[in-house]
Amino acid sequence: MTKILAVDDSASMRQMVTFTLKSAGFDVTEASDGVEALKAAQSKAFDVVISDVNMPNMDGLTLVKKLRALGNYKFIPILMLTTESSGDKKQAGRAAGATGWIVKPFNPDQLLATVKKVIS
Amino acid sequence: MEIDLSQFHQVFFEESFEGLDVMEQELLNLEEDSDLENVNTIFRAAHSIKGGSATFNFKDVADFTHVMETLLDEMREGSRPVTREIIDLLLKSVDCLRGMLNKIQDDEPVGEAHCELINSFNLLLSGEAIVETEVNTAAEQAVETQPIAADTTEDLHHYWNIQFIPQSHILETGNEPVRMFRELKGMGVLESTVDVSKVPDFDELVPESCFLSWRLRLDADTEYDTIKEVFEWVEDECELTIDNAEEPEVKKQDVKKQEVEKQGPITESEISVDTVISDKEVTAVETDDIEVSGAEKTTGDSSSDKMESTNAIVSISGAVSNKTSDVAKEKSQKLATETQNSSQAKVKSTAVNEEKKNQKKATSTASIRVGIDKVDTLIDLVGELVITQSMLSELGDNFTMAKLNQLVSGLSELEQNTRELQESVMRIRMLPIGFVFNRLPRMVRDLSSQLGKKVHLAIKGESTELDKTVMEQIGDPLTHLVRNALDHGLESTEQRIAAGKSEEGTVTLNAFHQGGNIVIEVSDNGGGIDPDVIYDKAVEKGMIQQGEELVKEQILGLIMEPGFSTAAVVSDVSGRGVGMDVVKRNINNLGGSVEIESNLGKGTTFTIRLPLTLAILDGQLIRVANEVYVLPLVSIIESIPLSMVEISKIAGDMKVYKLHNEYVPIIDLREEFVIQRGGGANSEGLLAIVEGENRKIALKIDDLMGQQQVVIKSLDSHYKSIQGVSGATILGDGRVSLILDIVGLAKRAAIRANHRREKVA
Repeated sequence: MTKILAVDDSASMRQMVTFTLKSAGFDVTEASDGVEALKAAQSKAFDVVISDVNMPNMDGLTLVKKLRALGNYKFIPILMLTTESSGDKKQAGRAAGATGWIVKPFNPDQLLATVKKVIS
Repeated sequence: MEIDLSQFHQVFFEESFEGLDVMEQELLNLEEDSDLENVNTIFRAAHSIKGGSATFNFKDVADFTHVMETLLDEMREGSRPVTREIIDLLLKSVDCLRGMLNKIQDDEPVGEAHCELINSFNLLLSGEAIVETEVNTAAEQAVETQPIAADTTEDLHHYWNIQFIPQSHILETGNEPVRMFRELKGMGVLESTVDVSKVPDFDELVPESCFLSWRLRLDADTEYDTIKEVFEWVEDECELTIDNAEEPEVKKQDVKKQEVEKQGPITESEISVDTVISDKEVTAVETDDIEVSGAEKTTGDSSSDKMESTNAIVSISGAVSNKTSDVAKEKSQKLATETQNSSQAKVKSTAVNEEKKNQKKATSTASIRVGIDKVDTLIDLVGELVITQSMLSELGDNFTMAKLNQLVSGLSELEQNTRELQESVMRIRMLPIGFVFNRLPRMVRDLSSQLGKKVHLAIKGESTELDKTVMEQIGDPLTHLVRNALDHGLESTEQRIAAGKSEEGTVTLNAFHQGGNIVIEVSDNGGGIDPDVIYDKAVEKGMIQQGEELVKEQILGLIMEPGFSTAAVVSDVSGRGVGMDVVKRNINNLGGSVEIESNLGKGTTFTIRLPLTLAILDGQLIRVANEVYVLPLVSIIESIPLSMVEISKIAGDMKVYKLHNEYVPIIDLREEFVIQRGGGANSEGLLAIVEGENRKIALKIDDLMGQQQVVIKSLDSHYKSIQGVSGATILGDGRVSLILDIVGLAKRAAIRANHRREKVA
């Protein structure tokens, strides 16, 4: 089963992402900020990471950089959930090593379509 | 997949209200010292609410938080200084958002209150920023319409030539070219040619880098944008050309132009133009082919110079013969129909919402957020309980008297486990009182400027925990006390200076545990309460007789009696004297008490004592004839054998007991509860002196039994409310025992005495 790590400081967004992905048959682990996510990532090998950008303790961009520095997460798809639709923020995500982004607001279908796109 | 987003609404509301509280608190902190981390926290909270409201389709909230966020972003980046005006505006916005969310939660329309604030934000943000805001908002709206709108600007082509030359580090972002090709393949027939010329010799090969490039030929009825979308995430890290294979010469230029300009912020402007087109669809439907493209051109012209890319698109549509126009017309019609449908759908959904309203209200349940450490402790304790249980059950399977000691120690372990488990379960309902305290600084800020007094609010012991239910009900009384302290307690600045005090008055909130109670103190360093003034006022109001002798505490207590107000001018801040009595009543209802201590010229302290929880009581079991009752342990002052007591009678037949300097009325519980059956002679009985609301009564009982914690069961919900009885509990032997309510008992006795007197008279 594809293992996905969902990171967001907002409980409602996290629940929605988790519920959607679980309903589609994925194995989902939640984390509420970058620090928690990094810890989770080291204890389990995830196939996809979906992370919010703006979070307390450790933001999404730092998380991506740290994940990419870990051997296991060098090539896996990491998607950023972002409300910023401007080019700058997307670029910052790309520069940090994110695979792509899902622009908020998104609906469950859009989320699933994007996730299915990146898993092989 | 059909996922009902409304199931996440409750969580969204909860976290949003929490976010707003955080914002408010940080905004107040910001006023004292501006710190980048404060601004960041505020920004994050606004950002989360915006993200959530957009996702869950609360558009008004999303739009509002968007402008807030724009301003906060400027503050965060340091390009906008933090001023009092901005903090005021943001605080107002927090209030407004709270109101909007409350209304949404109740399925009510949000109203227009926020529009004015949005205007203020737009005024604050520079002219340029306003334009940007509009574009952004438009872009957000466009997200929904984009797929359809995009159709109108593009024609379908059959063959596409794609050249894709990725930069070598592309794999390190998790972007796998194969994945993109697979997606393209899903659109139609894909032929690919790989260029391996850049691949170095084997010994120089870095397996993590990509040295390949591809030429693809896609045979599919698809649009330029759809193909481009496949490469959306990598467009800045590759050379990409997408050509229409049929008209290579013309298209190539246009497409390239588009491609260059579509990057970065232009994407937004493009989207916003799409939106405009979709707005105009109704006009477009009614006109003929040529006018369709005309409408599109107008759109392009009306946009700023950034919109060149759109012109390019429009010119494509224009160039491609009738076929394009037909398609465009078709699309326009489709759009119009869809818009109609959607507006119908909206009407429908309003009706459905109305229907759902009641249902929803019934299903929404309150939730509690519990720290993970509390849950972990609970799990540990359950683990221990299971071990004890299995030990005991093993012991029971082949028990001999030789194992008696083991049994005794096992049982005492069980007792300990149970007690710890009970305490831990109770702790789940316990929340730090900071939740209540935190809403006060804002009130103090607003009130102090309204009253023109300088006030410092000091908060101590905010991590002291108390039961959630108690906390929910203590909020209002506490707010009222603080309000009063500001309005009546603290003197005006002039008076303070004249009295040689510091200009700034201080109101202190403190909370701590004491025994089985939580004590909350609200104190001010103001003028204090003059007992003489209170006394005169009470006489004037007919509450007491002139010359009646009262001790200071009793006089001060009068301000909590119904209908008392000493404020020379009734201010709109603290109401009209209905207040303090309500405060007292609310606290009494929670099983708590209020005491006032005041020193003239130095200040006043209100001390609230509350039980930690409403579910469990430390009880003293008492016996009256064959019945067992429970008295709250905290209410008991002392107990005296009846034989040592001198009972006097006043006012006819009212029995009283002289304790120190006061006469305490005696209530014979046997009489009170009409118990006829015997059991123990009266002469051997006891007098239990108990206190409630500063009033003492003596209860005539037969015997004191053990002390134990009892779980309170409401009499209200199982039977009906009875004065003098606060609830019931089940004792260890299975008997039901009533828990006595001292205050109610005293009132009941007083009424009865009056009746008797009237009868006699």
